[in-house]
Amino acid sequence: MEDDAPVIYGLEFQARALTAQTAETDAIRFLVGTQSLKFDNQIHIIDFDDENNIINKNVLLHQAGEIWHIGASPADKAVLTTCYNKTSDSRVVSCAAVWRMPCDWETGSNDSPDDSAHNPQTLELLCHLDDSPHGNAACVLWEPMGDGKRVISLADNHALLWDLHESSTQAKVSSTATLEGKGQLKFTSGKWSPHHNCSQLATANDTAIRGWDLRTMSQIYCIENAHGQLVRDLDFNPNRQYYLSSCGDDCKVKFWDVRNVQEPVKTLEEHSHWVWSVRYNHSHDQLVLTASSDSRLILSNMVSISSEPFGHLVDDEELSEGEDNHQEDKSKEPLKDSVVSTYEEHEDSVYAAEWSSADPWLFASLSYDGRLVINRVPRALKYRILL
Amino acid sequence: MDTEAVVSEDSGPDRKRRVHGMLKLYYGLNEEGKAEEEAQSLDPCDINGPHFDPEHFLNKLRRECSLAELMDQETCMVKQIRSLDSDMQTLVYENYNKFISATDTIRKMKNDFKKMEDEMDCLSANMSAITDFSARISGTLQDQHAQITKLSGVHTLLRKLQFLFELPARLNKCLEMQAYAQAVRSHRLARCVLQQYSHLPSFKGIQDDCHAIMDKLAQELRQKFRDGGSSAKDLSECVELLLQLDEPAEELCDKFLSHARSRLESDLQGLEAEIRPYPSASAVKDASVRRLSSPASTGSPAASSPKASAIFSPSSNTDILEFIDRGCNEFVSSLCLVITSYQELFVSHAQTGELASKNIPQMANAKLHAFVDDLAARYFSLVERRIQEEKGVGDNSLLVRALDRFHRRLQAVTKLLPGSSVPSKGTEIVIRAATERVKQYLAALQSFYMDSLTDVRQALATPRLSVASASVGGGGGPSGRDGPNSLPELLSSLSASILNQIKSVLASVHLFTAKDITFSNKPYFKGEFCSQGVRESLVVSFIKFICQSSRQFCESAGDKGGSTPPALLLLLSRLCLDYETSTISYILTLTDEQFLVQHHSPVTPVTTLCTEAREAAQKLLNHYVKVQGLIISQMLRKSVETRDWVNTIEPRNVRAVMKRVVEDTTSIDVQVGLLYEEGVRKAHSSDSSKRTFSVYSSSRQQVRYAASYTPSAPMDTNLLSNIHKLFSERIDIFSSVEFNKVSVMTGIIKISLKTFLECVRLRTFGRYGLQQIQVDCHYLQMYLWRFVSDENLVHFLLDEIVGSSAHRCLDPAPMEQSVIEVICERG
Repeated sequence: MEDDAPVIYGLEFQARALTAQTAETDAIRFLVGTQSLKFDNQIHIIDFDDENNIINKNVLLHQAGEIWHIGASPADKAVLTTCYNKTSDSRVVSCAAVWRMPCDWETGSNDSPDDSAHNPQTLELLCHLDDSPHGNAACVLWEPMGDGKRVISLADNHALLWDLHESSTQAKVSSTATLEGKGQLKFTSGKWSPHHNCSQLATANDTAIRGWDLRTMSQIYCIENAHGQLVRDLDFNPNRQYYLSSCGDDCKVKFWDVRNVQEPVKTLEEHSHWVWSVRYNHSHDQLVLTASSDSRLILSNMVSISSEPFGHLVDDEELSEGEDNHQEDKSKEPLKDSVVSTYEEHEDSVYAAEWSSADPWLFASLSYDGRLVINRVPRALKYRILL
Repeated sequence: MDTEAVVSEDSGPDRKRRVHGMLKLYYGLNEEGKAEEEAQSLDPCDINGPHFDPEHFLNKLRRECSLAELMDQETCMVKQIRSLDSDMQTLVYENYNKFISATDTIRKMKNDFKKMEDEMDCLSANMSAITDFSARISGTLQDQHAQITKLSGVHTLLRKLQFLFELPARLNKCLEMQAYAQAVRSHRLARCVLQQYSHLPSFKGIQDDCHAIMDKLAQELRQKFRDGGSSAKDLSECVELLLQLDEPAEELCDKFLSHARSRLESDLQGLEAEIRPYPSASAVKDASVRRLSSPASTGSPAASSPKASAIFSPSSNTDILEFIDRGCNEFVSSLCLVITSYQELFVSHAQTGELASKNIPQMANAKLHAFVDDLAARYFSLVERRIQEEKGVGDNSLLVRALDRFHRRLQAVTKLLPGSSVPSKGTEIVIRAATERVKQYLAALQSFYMDSLTDVRQALATPRLSVASASVGGGGGPSGRDGPNSLPELLSSLSASILNQIKSVLASVHLFTAKDITFSNKPYFKGEFCSQGVRESLVVSFIKFICQSSRQFCESAGDKGGSTPPALLLLLSRLCLDYETSTISYILTLTDEQFLVQHHSPVTPVTTLCTEAREAAQKLLNHYVKVQGLIISQMLRKSVETRDWVNTIEPRNVRAVMKRVVEDTTSIDVQVGLLYEEGVRKAHSSDSSKRTFSVYSSSRQQVRYAASYTPSAPMDTNLLSNIHKLFSERIDIFSSVEFNKVSVMTGIIKISLKTFLECVRLRTFGRYGLQQIQVDCHYLQMYLWRFVSDENLVHFLLDEIVGSSAHRCLDPAPMEQSVIEVICERG
């Protein structure tokens, strides 16, 4: 059974920001934000036609500046946040804002691609997450599975929880948490936990990973020296509430049980350079995607620490109680963690990789040279997991 | 005539027989012959047969034969007849002569017999006279004879009676003189008689007296026996006497053994006291025990022990050799003595003597075995405790000699008690001690290795005048911290000291298998000890330990990146590599040769160890590259991250950090060069340092090109750099390196420059920021190309850096190449 060839799409600009359109569950759609200092930056809406293996793209202008981070609202398909750099008076400032796509962007795609290219529509600004007293925004996180009313932005050493009002046109800081410590501390990345009623947040700064309780905005755990070097990214296991993966400049991907922060549960060392992104598959948490500046994307099958016993489809009930499965996993016969596949379609550093929100077997990766590659989980593995 | 002819026909041997047959006939002895003849033939033509018919024969001849044949037959027959005739004459003559002489003899005999008859008559007359006389004499003497016989009988009886009556007195006297043996002998003689006549009151009295005395004697003997003060010889005498006094043998065995046990136990206690560290108490006890010890101890090779004790181990009271010596001399020899006397008394004696029922030897033997086993077990436990105290690995010969003596002395027990399990248990102890020893040596080697590493670490930490300082003083050694320590010296001294240590340990362990050691020819020491013990659990384990500890350096330091000095990593990696190439096989060959290892069980092959060492070396070197790369990366990253690249001034100098990077790289290069070979590099272009930044120009082109970009043309912007990438190989940044300097340096530089690139991509640059990067990159380019295997790699990465910073530049106005060169050369 031949696996489908990867589909490659090239952007004109360099790009780092990639997200799946979270609220869209039918179409396979990714959003890419470009980085250009000289031209108007764009947001590419990449639609993937699974049947015909064709990519359709739509371009929206993002004139505010180069995009470093992009986040799609889980509730409203048309709403997204970006973190961007604004240069003014030879100063570079990082800002964050909530945007709405123009409602007729899809109609544009029906025209010839040239048309839309010539006449890119512009994003409609809903509100700035104006956090100028709190420094430069590193990323904006939507409340997972929420109603699109709450976001968190990480700016320098602050985590700000925003409430969005009036169809997101107004944003108000409801609470803040500040990272205290010696030196200039700065959040590099973060993730809003989908567990515990969405009341937890994990952030990375330098080599440490911290967990926060959003109700009290206080730190609940801290993994000091989680990585030998900078921690680049985090992701929560969607099914096992205490499990967390991280990656960083020591070329490693680590899996943590936040109840025991002394030792990682598991460590992968497959990449030959910094790992920039780690993503759990949304439904099958044994599948882990990592992107690295060694230009490779690696799909790993972490059976031993997944919520699914290998080769079994788990009931919904079991899914909700990831911890109970833990014992079951242990009792199972040899569970082999393995690298499923290494994807080498990229020529430059891969800074982002995302699973599709619509098709759990499909993912996209984005390298700095603007190349977006859409791949699928190998069929053999897919059937092994399903059957 | 016919008859004659027929007779003469016979010839040869038959004729003679025939003649005899005829004579037999003549003398009436024909019955036998007749029977024969009847059996022979009934043929009427047989000329010798009894049924011969001359007529028939003649007719047959006439019918069947020719004339000539008849003529021949006739001549032959005549000849035969003639010879028969002469034979007959001779026989007649002979017989006649014999007859004459027989007649003469008979006549003579007749005369002689007449004379003899007369003489016989005379003799019978004389004999009757003698009989007469004799009867008369015996008649007169008969009375006296009976009297004499009676008298002599009375005499004997009286003598016996006298003995009996004197017996109590004599026994008493013997008792007084303690001549127990004589007393018992006397009593034994009288016992049966007394027993028989005990119904007579007088004898009864004597018997009672004797009994009383003998009871007393037995009591006294038992007392003596119980006291235990007497020597073994006395004791055995005692037992012998008691046995003769019909004491129950079993009880005696028990008593004997329990007595012997008490003595042996005192020996054991003496030994135990030695183990406990109470110097004064043990000294006192020592003396007392010495007095008790059997005279055999003087003969044993105890001469060396005092000297030995003077030299070794003040921690323990006595050294092990002395301890074992004492054990052997006191306990084992006493035990042997006990066994010998016991066997003499109860086993061999009982077998010959009449005094025991049949099952006594078996019973006695069983008791003896139990006794010996029990005591030996206690002795062994003591010895083992003592051996366990022997922790110091300083001198093995003492232990080996002690074990040897221990084992040797137990051989005596083997000879005495063939079926005993004691010697095998003793051998087991020796084996355990040996394996334990091997373990201790392994631990000692390991701690030695770790200590050496600590020393090396300290030596590395002490400041040196310069990295490249040519070692003058030498000596080095892990202990010599003051001397100038260059890496190769440290390495050689480290590996030499490890090797020496291994050799000395091997030499020590080798003592176990020396020819003059009694247990060395046991199968264990010939086979398993050499292969499993020494080779596997000592040498192989140690080598594995080295590899493993080296690997741990990589892992423990992995996260922090700084706990192990990089130079140590480098040194260890070289050490492991040396092990892989030569040292391991050397050590193992040495071991195999020294121990003549015959591998009965599978052993770790050299190749496995070599692979392991190589892996360790590889891992260490990779880690070294990583650590050094990270140190330089860190500098570069800090320098990029902390600067405001938008608002920077026009570059006038190469930034100090770049100079620092080049300096550090150079010193790393020197460091690596001390231990690793140069390695191969691709051919350089004629003047690498002067190379202009082609990609810089390409990135400039790119900028120009980008100005005319159309959004509908994806993939075009980065065309050039993409094409470049397409044709250059993918670079693995943190990849494995080869064991040479160039490869190591390439790895480090790769890591550093990739970090530089990634950091640059995260920043935004102003015009002068870009220009500064240009200057810095050119500077790096000038100095770094010489370190790497493929200078294109450096070029490519630096191009990427400049290209990326141009991309990230708000106002990309590059600096003129000539200006860059001027600045760099000035710096």
